[in-house]
Amino acid sequence: MTAIDETPAEVGRARARKEDARLITGQTNWTDNMTLPGLVHVAFIRSPYAHARITSVDVSAARSAPGVLAAYSGADFAAEQGSLPCAWPVTEDIVIPDHPPMAVDTVRYGGEIVACVVARDRYAAADAAELVDVSYEALEPVLDMEEALAPGAVKVHEAGNKSFTWELANGDIDAAFRDAPVVVERTYRQQRLIPSAMEPRAVVCAPVGDEYTMWTSTQIPHVLKVMLALVTGIPEHKLRVIAPDVGGGFGSKLQVTGEEVLALLLARKLGRPVKWTETRSEGNVAVHHGRDQIQKLRLAADADGRIRGLDVHLLADMGAYLMLVTPGVPLLGAFMFNAIYKMDAYRFNCTGVFTTKTPTDAYRGAGRPEATFAIERLMDDLAAQLGVDPLELRERNWIKHEEFPFTTVSGLTYDSGNYEAATASAKELFGYDRLRKEQADRLSAGSPVRLGIGISTFTEMCGLAPSRLLGQLRYAAGGWEHAAIRMMPTGKVEVVTGSSAHGQGHETAWSQIVADQLGVPFEDVRVLHGDTAISPKGMDTYGSRSLVVGGTAVVNACDKVRQKARVIAAAMLEVSADDLEWADGRWSVRGDPDQGKTIGEIAFASFAAHNLPDGVEPSLDSDATYDPDNFSFPHGTHLCAVDVDTETGQVRIRSYVAVDDVGVVVNPLIVEGQVHGGIAQGVAQALYEEAAYDSSGNLVTASLADYLVPSAADLPSFTTARTTTPSTLNPLGVKGVGEAGTIASTPAVVNAVVDALRPFGVSDLTMPCTPERVWRAIQSARAEGDAQ
Amino acid sequence: MRISVMIDGVRYEDDVEARLLLVHYLREQAGRTGTPVGCDTSNCGACTVLLNGRSVKSCSVLAVQADGAEVTTIQGLASNGELHPLQQAFHEEHALQCGYCTPGMIMAAVDLLQDNPHPTEEQVRDGLEGNLCRCTGYQNIVHAVLRATGQTATQQAEVSA
Amino acid sequence: MIPAKFDYTRPSSLDEALSALASGGEDAKVIAGGQSLLPLLRLRFAYPSVLVDVGDVSSLRGVRDLGDSLEIGALTTHYELTRDPLVAAHCGLLAEAAGMIADPAVRHRGTIGGALAHADPAGDLPAVVTALDATLVAVGPNGERSISPGEFFSDYLTTSLAPEEILTAVRVPKLDGWGYRYEKFHVTAQAWAIVGVAAVAQRSNGQVSAARVGLTNMGSVPVRAHAVEAAAAGAEASPAALAAAAAHADEGTNPPSDLRGEADYRRHLARVLTGRALAAAAGM
Repeated sequence: MTAIDETPAEVGRARARKEDARLITGQTNWTDNMTLPGLVHVAFIRSPYAHARITSVDVSAARSAPGVLAAYSGADFAAEQGSLPCAWPVTEDIVIPDHPPMAVDTVRYGGEIVACVVARDRYAAADAAELVDVSYEALEPVLDMEEALAPGAVKVHEAGNKSFTWELANGDIDAAFRDAPVVVERTYRQQRLIPSAMEPRAVVCAPVGDEYTMWTSTQIPHVLKVMLALVTGIPEHKLRVIAPDVGGGFGSKLQVTGEEVLALLLARKLGRPVKWTETRSEGNVAVHHGRDQIQKLRLAADADGRIRGLDVHLLADMGAYLMLVTPGVPLLGAFMFNAIYKMDAYRFNCTGVFTTKTPTDAYRGAGRPEATFAIERLMDDLAAQLGVDPLELRERNWIKHEEFPFTTVSGLTYDSGNYEAATASAKELFGYDRLRKEQADRLSAGSPVRLGIGISTFTEMCGLAPSRLLGQLRYAAGGWEHAAIRMMPTGKVEVVTGSSAHGQGHETAWSQIVADQLGVPFEDVRVLHGDTAISPKGMDTYGSRSLVVGGTAVVNACDKVRQKARVIAAAMLEVSADDLEWADGRWSVRGDPDQGKTIGEIAFASFAAHNLPDGVEPSLDSDATYDPDNFSFPHGTHLCAVDVDTETGQVRIRSYVAVDDVGVVVNPLIVEGQVHGGIAQGVAQALYEEAAYDSSGNLVTASLADYLVPSAADLPSFTTARTTTPSTLNPLGVKGVGEAGTIASTPAVVNAVVDALRPFGVSDLTMPCTPERVWRAIQSARAEGDAQ
Repeated sequence: MRISVMIDGVRYEDDVEARLLLVHYLREQAGRTGTPVGCDTSNCGACTVLLNGRSVKSCSVLAVQADGAEVTTIQGLASNGELHPLQQAFHEEHALQCGYCTPGMIMAAVDLLQDNPHPTEEQVRDGLEGNLCRCTGYQNIVHAVLRATGQTATQQAEVSA
Repeated sequence: MIPAKFDYTRPSSLDEALSALASGGEDAKVIAGGQSLLPLLRLRFAYPSVLVDVGDVSSLRGVRDLGDSLEIGALTTHYELTRDPLVAAHCGLLAEAAGMIADPAVRHRGTIGGALAHADPAGDLPAVVTALDATLVAVGPNGERSISPGEFFSDYLTTSLAPEEILTAVRVPKLDGWGYRYEKFHVTAQAWAIVGVAAVAQRSNGQVSAARVGLTNMGSVPVRAHAVEAAAAGAEASPAALAAAAAHADEGTNPPSDLRGEADYRRHLARVLTGRALAAAAGM
């Protein structure tokens, strides 16, 4: 039995969070709070050039500055620092350049580490850093992917600027396009983004003999521990990695960073605990960036709008080096361009390109927002071309509710979904028909403020991931998750999870699950995570996987606990185990429910072990490692209305409706919070954010003064609702929600802006849709119109 | 330079460098790690505290400028073991996820309600324009502040006393 | 994040402040609220040798009614400007614009003197005092000096204050009965103005009898839109007529091209926003 039969009391409940107690009172445990006896601080010196040879590094003045213990150049660490890992070599012939944590002879992006100083406090370290004298011979930067691939281009690496080309194809794409009545061809730009988690990164590494403990602001303590061992050669069992409280990640802390490796090596070299805390400006250049693709798309359709085929050609900017999963990010999107739609043929081709910019890697959605953006923009463009309502066009093409499970043209099998229900609900909440009428009225009145309506009907593939599939995709690790349940003699429960929350509320949600599974009070459950000495096994948190994979591991472990308890209860009650049934936290005799034992009583009996049957271990503790069979597929319909001031180009979101289906909901507060936060980030990509480089390869948006993360004053309230189509793939019926809001919202907003401007002849806008870009699009379209 | 600062009801006297930022003084010398640092251009607001009863970004104040002043941090908000209504409201409305922006957000909201005990939603959003959050999308934060309105008059008097 | 070392002194009178500034040498810098200076120091864009903190100089505080003008002490914070009843009554433009600077926490510390002495053409107050024909009052070893905005703002981040002078007050002529509007156009609430327009207008008999317009971020210093003012004087108080006057807004400007906007877009914005600001100031 892997599921309990009665109606859950906790799963589905809007429980306020256990995590809050320390977070709202400032009793937090951020890495930067940590202080240890003898702690010293490291400051990194970073290249101001995008591309240069390092001709000399003189640390002598720094070394003799007050309070300084040591100062090093890359050459000083060349023998021991190894290369930062790429765990996803997507093709056999992929080019994975060496990536020293501290550059030795060449820098390939502005912000790359070239030296470091270690001092008694951070102020002394900052002063000493200014005294390090580095000489560079500037080289030409490589900033444009298409130029980078052209013959004779300046090389970022000896092996050239192409890292890999990866293809996926199904169906006869040529036939799909041959004689197709309608072909839409577009090029879209996914701009580069800076994830901007609110907590800047920090690392503390303490040596005790030849063992090391590292506290770090990471999403991946388990993966990091393995990788640190592989990179540095320090034996894995002598490492302990702890993610204390972590202030947001969004994929940006799914990484093995030079700073972490160097902190470890410095702790070893100096025999002192070492601390590094990032400044925000440092983080803007040094934390991996997100997105950055040039998408060339062709969509073939019948005259009635039925999609025949989709052909996708991507250039994906890797940045200067491949980091942990850099080349895999666009591949995750490869399976999502076809989205919720049926079609005869699909082809995806992606080339990863090196440029002299900060490396890219996972950022909320990791490949799937890029794909969803492309297809949802195409659907709106196709609808406009055909003169069909864009919602109706989508319905003509999407997988019908009755058709699930459905295997898509890109080879995924979606277990369940109900696009009709989500869309109907969204339309009604939004007032779709009424807004279309208002749009028409404003247009005919010639109002300078135009109304635009944007649509995004999305699904996403999350719950990363079936290990076999990861293996086929050449990812180095698996996608399972681990949980252990420990029953205490007094009936309290400890849940040890391999998930690694950084805001997602696992302590609360896992408590709710276990409370239902074992019939114990919510308050009696404690969730432990984030420390490899306490949670020895896990695959950490990213890819909207923790509830689906980690939650299932918890359920499976609880199941084992119940089974062990059954055996002991049978002995206590002197009946056969088959005569017992489970309800409300008790095993009781079928037909005689007064004869029963609570899980707490059984736990104490197993602790005292006075009367256990022969061969039965005195413990209920169990663990489970769960490997999913498939991804999970939440979906939704988002509708966005914008007012566009055509005189200034300013865009204001007037209303935003999101109806999402994430399967069964464990905690509606947490789910809604994830949707709100996800939508906010997607809106920010649509309207505000871009990691911009100048022609010398300097990151111009180097701080929060220039990289515009929106505040509460810049965002509207969102109307959210849900439909519930349980997953058929796991016992809880859950689907994951962490990235869904972001995946959905960017195209909803951009579609709305384009929709407002279509009457002028505008059919596309490059993100972010700043007022200037909106205004210029109108001017160009008008000029073209005049010219005709 | 010798400074004397009242922090969360306790008087601290220290010799500090002129360039020491108030936020570092709070975190590292007064042990008030509840107030975090989130940026270096005074945009994020995570470091917001009350200085003589008004919100300020403690990364943009020198410790020496706080000499003789009273500082209230998130850790000084609860009184007699009871959470401030805003803390309680943030908890009940799920107005935090990772919690990093939360101390500054709550202190900014304390100040906002001081000036305007019954703000509209728009006034709440404008009043929090100096505090960035990357997790919540702000919606529940706004709900929490509105939920706490009208309940804070007594607490305000205690905080600024 | 961490400033370079500097000395610090906190005089308690204007005379002490002046002599601290004089003895501090050419790298001595006045600090008040620090909201413009500290960000520069934290990013190590400036290396002052000594900071002279004028926060305790009480003669720099307060708003005084001088009869036909207000004298606003340099230490008046943006927050205080938004709440002061004299400012509200006699130069509401200043209160409105001050309320749009940055965010509440910054407004609690930032001062009018600091903002003006910092002289960032992308800041809001320089254009406002320019439109108001305010007088900047400076005190130095040679006594007090009254400086017009045009003389005061000499270049990007540069004023005509001598190294040993301190800005002590801003005298603003009362504009009772004039309408006003500060139009601040920015992408997000925290972002600097791409363009800002400070407008005051006097209306009588369905006409605009006089208008004054100052522009934010249309050059290296705040710009008076004289051509607009000339066109607006005597114009009908209607959106169309004022838009026609506003069409002159970018004359005599030299807007920057940067991340937030190219020069031609700024010129366009200046024209559109000036029309809106004038219309609002004229009561429409």
